[in-house]
Amino acid sequence: MIKVEGLTKRYARNVAVKNISFEVGQGEIVGFLGKNGAGKTTTMRVLTCFLPPTEGKASVAGFDVLDQPLEVKKRIGYLPETPPLYPEMEVSSYLAFVSRLKGIPSAEILKRVDEVCDRTGIAGVKHTIMSKLSKGYRQRVGIAQAIIHNPPVLILDEPTSGLDPQQQREARQLIASLSGDHTIILSTHILSEVEQSCSKVIIINNGEIVVSDSVANLHSRRRATELVSIEISGASPQAVKQRLEQVPGVARVVSRDSRDGTPAFEVESMENYLVRPDLARAVVQAGWNLTEMRVVGESLEEIFLELTKSEEAAPIAAAAVAAEVKEGAVTTQ
Amino acid sequence: MRNIFTICGKELRSYFTSPIAYLLMALFGLIFGYFFYSATAYFVVAGLRAQMSGGGAQPMSINDYVIGPLMGNASVVGLFLIPLISMRLFSEEKRSGTIELLMTSPVNDWEIIIGKWLGAMSMYLCMLALSAINVALLFAWGKPDWRPILTGYLGLILQGGTVLAIGTFISSLTKNQIIAGAATFSICLLLWVLSWVSSYNDAPWAAAVAYCSILTHFEPLSKGIIDTKDLVFYGSAIFLGLFLTSRSLDSLRWRA
Ligand SMILES: Nc1ncnc2c1ncn2[C@@H]1O[C@H](COP(=O)(O)OP(=O)(O)OP(=O)(O)O)[C@@H](O)[C@H]1O
Ligand SMILES: [Mg+2]
Repeated sequence: MIKVEGLTKRYARNVAVKNISFEVGQGEIVGFLGKNGAGKTTTMRVLTCFLPPTEGKASVAGFDVLDQPLEVKKRIGYLPETPPLYPEMEVSSYLAFVSRLKGIPSAEILKRVDEVCDRTGIAGVKHTIMSKLSKGYRQRVGIAQAIIHNPPVLILDEPTSGLDPQQQREARQLIASLSGDHTIILSTHILSEVEQSCSKVIIINNGEIVVSDSVANLHSRRRATELVSIEISGASPQAVKQRLEQVPGVARVVSRDSRDGTPAFEVESMENYLVRPDLARAVVQAGWNLTEMRVVGESLEEIFLELTKSEEAAPIAAAAVAAEVKEGAVTTQ
Repeated sequence: MRNIFTICGKELRSYFTSPIAYLLMALFGLIFGYFFYSATAYFVVAGLRAQMSGGGAQPMSINDYVIGPLMGNASVVGLFLIPLISMRLFSEEKRSGTIELLMTSPVNDWEIIIGKWLGAMSMYLCMLALSAINVALLFAWGKPDWRPILTGYLGLILQGGTVLAIGTFISSLTKNQIIAGAATFSICLLLWVLSWVSSYNDAPWAAAVAYCSILTHFEPLSKGIIDTKDLVFYGSAIFLGLFLTSRSLDSLRWRA
């Protein structure tokens, strides 16, 4: 349905997207992951014919974005990063305007507007002027605007940003309900969202694709080695570190900052080793207190951070992110 | 065609949902009304005096004394007010990001441009319509020649269309409405001033420069003379403005 080949997008000074290629099949939901400035929005803008590619090709439903932009645009529903709302318009007349732009026959417009308002939960603000809407409702109107003409392809740039957790869940359900007959690309910083609603994930870093795989594959790929976070009190960090390194199957031990000064470490196992029982035994035998031990190497977050780590910035970014990971949101600078 | 109307309708509505439409209409109505009042008052006084002194002299023409100068004034006032109409056309869309909606909808660039220009034209016509009330009064109490009135309005419309086309282009260059408005206004001022050149100088280049002035082509129309040369000038100026807008939208895509 969507095909991108060797796409490069250069702005005046910097290259935003470098030679990326991927394909999205009919009915797939693809999550686009990447840090700020990774090139997600740029890629989406090329796919929606807002920006022309500098090099390479992109096509939607077999139509090239440069040669037949009108055909591409007819088949796409697009939610830009900032919902494109006219502040002085009422929600319903705005949606009617968009319907007309998208070529919906006049007779159907009212029905479509009602339908889409119900679907996105904005029926209550239908006659509100959009400058008075809250951020979350603006986002919903943005989504309504994207799906109003029932396009086969949906491109959603951070569809859940600005929504409260309840609304996020509703938006995810909405996206899930659209799957099947729609092909969807969505970008997000919320990794659990990708795990929940996407069948495929594309991780993009500095304009290059680092991973393009199904969510299931991505999980199993990481299972071969174990990453264990461990917190120990009652000993000096150096001693603990030395001891842990001697446990069979341990590849690497990294000290980490901990909340209250108790030494904390991240232990990475060698491939196909399960090190947790041995670690626990070693600590207990040494007479230390094992205050916490958990496996961290399995969520997408870890994979994401690992893959998009830039050499020098990694420790700082990881520490900053660690705090936010708990809320499920990653906003790496 | 439908797309053009859709965009034109949206533009016109957005003028009337903000104070700008009412402000412009009030301002134009007031200024035009004032000129109208003083021109007719002068005409009446001068007419009486002529009757008392000359007796059988030819009756003075209300067209020459009232309508001609009135149209000239209206065209100058227009130069000042029209940039206020055109300044928001594209710059607002660029600033708020709604341009992304327009440019990713199945609509051609030229449909967007013509739609917006027509929307601005409609706003301008509403302004002119207000002034037509004054002129209607003349018909109620007198027998002015309707031909110069019609051509005068044609001239105002053509001149307005030209300035709006230039303004459309300029507003597609910047995100800032104020800059767009100020730049359009400066260019209009320049185009107006160009007509003075020929009064200081009669070299061929001076005539050529004066030809480029918007006002040079307005004068004949305000006197009831329709010259193809003037129509061609306005027509090609409008085309040029809208064409440059389409180039600018294109390069907006390349640079984004
Ligand atoms: N109009 C522009 N002119 C010049 N450079 C740009 C422009 N838009 C984006 N860039 C650059 O291109 C790169 C990719 O930007 P892009 O907006 O695609 O990132 P993103 O992945 O969407 O980030 P975010 O998560 O913050 O939305 C960035 O380095 C950015 O600085
Ligand atoms: Mg982005």
